Amino acid sequence: MKIPILYNLRSLKERPVSTLTTAAGMALVVAVFVAMMALSNGFRAAMVRTGSSDNAFVLRRGATAEMYSGIGRNGVSIVAGMPFVARDANNLPLISPEIFVVLGLRRLNGGLANVVVRGVSARVMQVRDNIEITEGRAFRPGAAEILIGEAIIDRFPNTAVGDTFKFGGRDWTVVGHFSAGGSSFESEVWGENELLMPVFRGEVFQSISFRMTDPGSFDGVKQTLEDDRRLFVEVFRENEFYASQSELLGQILNFIAVFIAGVMAVGAVFGAINTMYAAVSSRAPEIAVLLTLGFKPGNVLSSFLAEAVLIAFLGGLAGCIITLPINGLVTSTTNWNSFSEVAFAFRVTPNVLVNGMIFAVVMGLIGGFFPARKAAKQPVVVALREG
Amino acid sequence: MKYARLIWVNLIRNKRRTILTVLSVAVALFLFTTLRSVVTALNAVSEVGSESRLVVSSAMGITFPLPQSYYERLRAQEGVESVTWANWFGGVYVDPSNFFAQFAIDAETYLPMYPEVVVPEDQRAAFLAERTGALVGSGLMERFGWSLGQSVTLQGTIIPGDWEFTIRAVYDPNPASYGDQLFFFHYDHLYEGSNQQMSPGWYALQLADPNSAPEVINRIDAIYENSTAPTKTETERAFQTGFVTMWGNIGFLVQAIGTAVFFAILLVSANTMMMAGRERISENAVLKTLGFPDGLLFVFVLIEAVTITLLGGALGVFGAKAMFGPGNPMTMFIPGFEVHTSTVTLGLTIAIVLGLVSGFVPAFQAMRLSVVQSLRRVA
Amino acid sequence: MALVEISNLRKVYHRDSQEIPVFDAVDLELDSGGFLALMGPSGSGKTTLLNILAGLDSPTSGSVMVDGQEITGMKPKQLAAWRARHVGFIFQFYNLLPVLTAFQNVELPLLLTKLSKKDRRDHVMTAMGVVGLTDRADHFPRQLSGGQEQRVGIARAIVSDPTMILADEPTGDLDAKSADEILTLLQRLNEEFGKTIMMVTHDAHAAERAHATTHLDKGVLHR
Repeated sequence: MKIPILYNLRSLKERPVSTLTTAAGMALVVAVFVAMMALSNGFRAAMVRTGSSDNAFVLRRGATAEMYSGIGRNGVSIVAGMPFVARDANNLPLISPEIFVVLGLRRLNGGLANVVVRGVSARVMQVRDNIEITEGRAFRPGAAEILIGEAIIDRFPNTAVGDTFKFGGRDWTVVGHFSAGGSSFESEVWGENELLMPVFRGEVFQSISFRMTDPGSFDGVKQTLEDDRRLFVEVFRENEFYASQSELLGQILNFIAVFIAGVMAVGAVFGAINTMYAAVSSRAPEIAVLLTLGFKPGNVLSSFLAEAVLIAFLGGLAGCIITLPINGLVTSTTNWNSFSEVAFAFRVTPNVLVNGMIFAVVMGLIGGFFPARKAAKQPVVVALREG
Repeated sequence: MKYARLIWVNLIRNKRRTILTVLSVAVALFLFTTLRSVVTALNAVSEVGSESRLVVSSAMGITFPLPQSYYERLRAQEGVESVTWANWFGGVYVDPSNFFAQFAIDAETYLPMYPEVVVPEDQRAAFLAERTGALVGSGLMERFGWSLGQSVTLQGTIIPGDWEFTIRAVYDPNPASYGDQLFFFHYDHLYEGSNQQMSPGWYALQLADPNSAPEVINRIDAIYENSTAPTKTETERAFQTGFVTMWGNIGFLVQAIGTAVFFAILLVSANTMMMAGRERISENAVLKTLGFPDGLLFVFVLIEAVTITLLGGALGVFGAKAMFGPGNPMTMFIPGFEVHTSTVTLGLTIAIVLGLVSGFVPAFQAMRLSVVQSLRRVA
Repeated sequence: MALVEISNLRKVYHRDSQEIPVFDAVDLELDSGGFLALMGPSGSGKTTLLNILAGLDSPTSGSVMVDGQEITGMKPKQLAAWRARHVGFIFQFYNLLPVLTAFQNVELPLLLTKLSKKDRRDHVMTAMGVVGLTDRADHFPRQLSGGQEQRVGIARAIVSDPTMILADEPTGDLDAKSADEILTLLQRLNEEFGKTIMMVTHDAHAAERAHATTHLDKGVLHR
């Protein structure tokens, strides 16, 4: 591009109000876009990290969610005895038959939430290996003790270590907090499965999670268990199951993000088009001079296009900056699929920011194109006369 | 109005600019209307519900059932006129995307308590007489093209298996906000079909006097507080609201976005008006020379600005209203999603305010324009 | 009593903290039906004097009486109304509104009156008849030549029958032929229709068309 960019920069300074208002409009659009993408991103990240591809996940056949599933003790023994279930150093199967219920709790900031209470095996931390105790300790088998996930400790009452949680006609002591690699497990309350079972639904587990000896042979594992007439189950890779549970909500969030940002972008682009057309009109004599000096129409087009992109870039930058503070902000909603509360944080990743800037630049290109083309096609004589 | 032409020619002077600005405002107000309708629809859900009905559910959460034995004791409570119960079925009709709410009810006690469910007498009798009968909302009938007497199969999730029903009755909701896409069938059928494992999901109570609600609520919860199945009793409205709150911070999110949208478009519109203003300095000077008072020029600019924003606003608001008419796709996620008159009014008001604010500075500048300075610039 | 009586007029501009005097102690009289040319070198303040007379600018001190009314103390709103009634202004660069037709441009001053649409139409067509442009009434300024544009400007200046016509270099942007036509038209307005005219010009030939000429030089008015 032969026409120096300095020309564009100076021209922008010449019309500060116009430039700033257009850039500010774009900044807001980019800010909303980035915020919504961060929201959707945060949710997806939480769901995607939930579960492992090395683990198999077993539900009763036909259950569309953990809540609806039921597998008896018999079934658990059969599965635990299978050769493809990995074992630990003491030859104990790495298996966690689990209880899944949702408790209706009041959030600290108001409103009702269905918090997942999961009864897990005492050996769950070997079955799922991104679980870490961040405060306190793990529950002791046989004791009325529970762990609270990182994502919900500030959102519900009585979740500090040492507090007493009341449900199912018993008092439960919070003995620790845990993290789970940013997954949706962090929105849950965990206790021992054997202890929670009688409190809730009786002699039935909702799911079985186990580590496969050879994750590559998943298809065989699935076939074997599903064909077994003693069982009545469906098998998934653990991470794939949880991903599918959040698919709908993830899509909704994504759709909302794209829809809102898209609509706003249209409005902002119209504004940019107006600004650029006005710029081109008022600078007709300058353009004529440039053409007279020997710059080609193509140069003029690139120059004005660059100017539009410059404004958009400024706006995009501002938009990204003002959205940064929301990173890490925790919000929650109900995943209607699993009918459970999922808390997640806005995640403003470099990827999201880059997308925001690209979005801004695209707006600039679209907004600047027609005006730039008009500038380039301007007949020299007309321009000089107008001056 | 004799000045109309002056204002009109200024609007069409630069058609492209005017049209783009109008569209910009239209788009922003379309978005605003949609977002606000989400909020009003969610709030509306919590307004459906009688003030004289209570809901008794498990204190542990809505997913935990209550003992059947509670029925007698609740019915005997002072201030309670009648008691019924229901269960959420959560079945799948062909595909999970065909979502609608299904309830197993004790029809004989349920229907009298819910006069909102308006059923023709003969159909009611037919429904009551048949254990596998279904009572379906008129909206569902239309949505799936069902007819009376048709057989409908639901795949159970809570209790697995194929559950077949015959539509014996169709209801119309009164008021409409109650919802016309509900599917009712007999609790007894569910009880039998689940090998007698079911028990009521929740109880509903009709109060003789709505004012007695707080007292009755406390009384009932106190009775069961230390039992194996403690209760949470609340007004029907509170119960509905609970579901809305499960969405989380949606209200706040929507408002934040709405605010951002407003300001973004304000900037676009203000920019347009200012650009127009700059171009017309000499013309305004001429008008003043001819004797047009300052105040009149101020008004001209404002009228021009408001015309643009109101036009765009109307386009956006009514466009949204037309798009989200009865039976629109959004009603699947949020029942009764529509654009209320209050939202339309709010949207148009905002459009007007937008015009006034964005036109203010250029109008002020036009008013205060020094004729002498401006003419000097030209000559 | 003269139609226009300017006494002891003084105008000083203030820029930053500097005082720039334009003219001082100017006395001027214009009788009804008179045609005065005001000449002077560039920057002498003749346009400023005209602007003050038109009520577009205010003097630093002094008095301006038009038809027995003192206008120097008037508020902007009063001046606007006064201007509509008493002044017909002709600009060097015509200053027609490009978005309006010739007819609509001429009609503008009448919008400030209470005349009905029909009456307005009659007045406009009369004015356009005087300047000889009735057949161009529906043309836009860009479709007219410079001379024609100025004639529309003149029609606009006379359409509401103002007390006086003030012209600021009316022929400054025209070729010789068109300039001649315009000056002839002004003379006609003055002699046939009895219009009082004050014209600022730097062209001596133009000034010859007036009854009298006065010079403004270095802030002082000479006869």
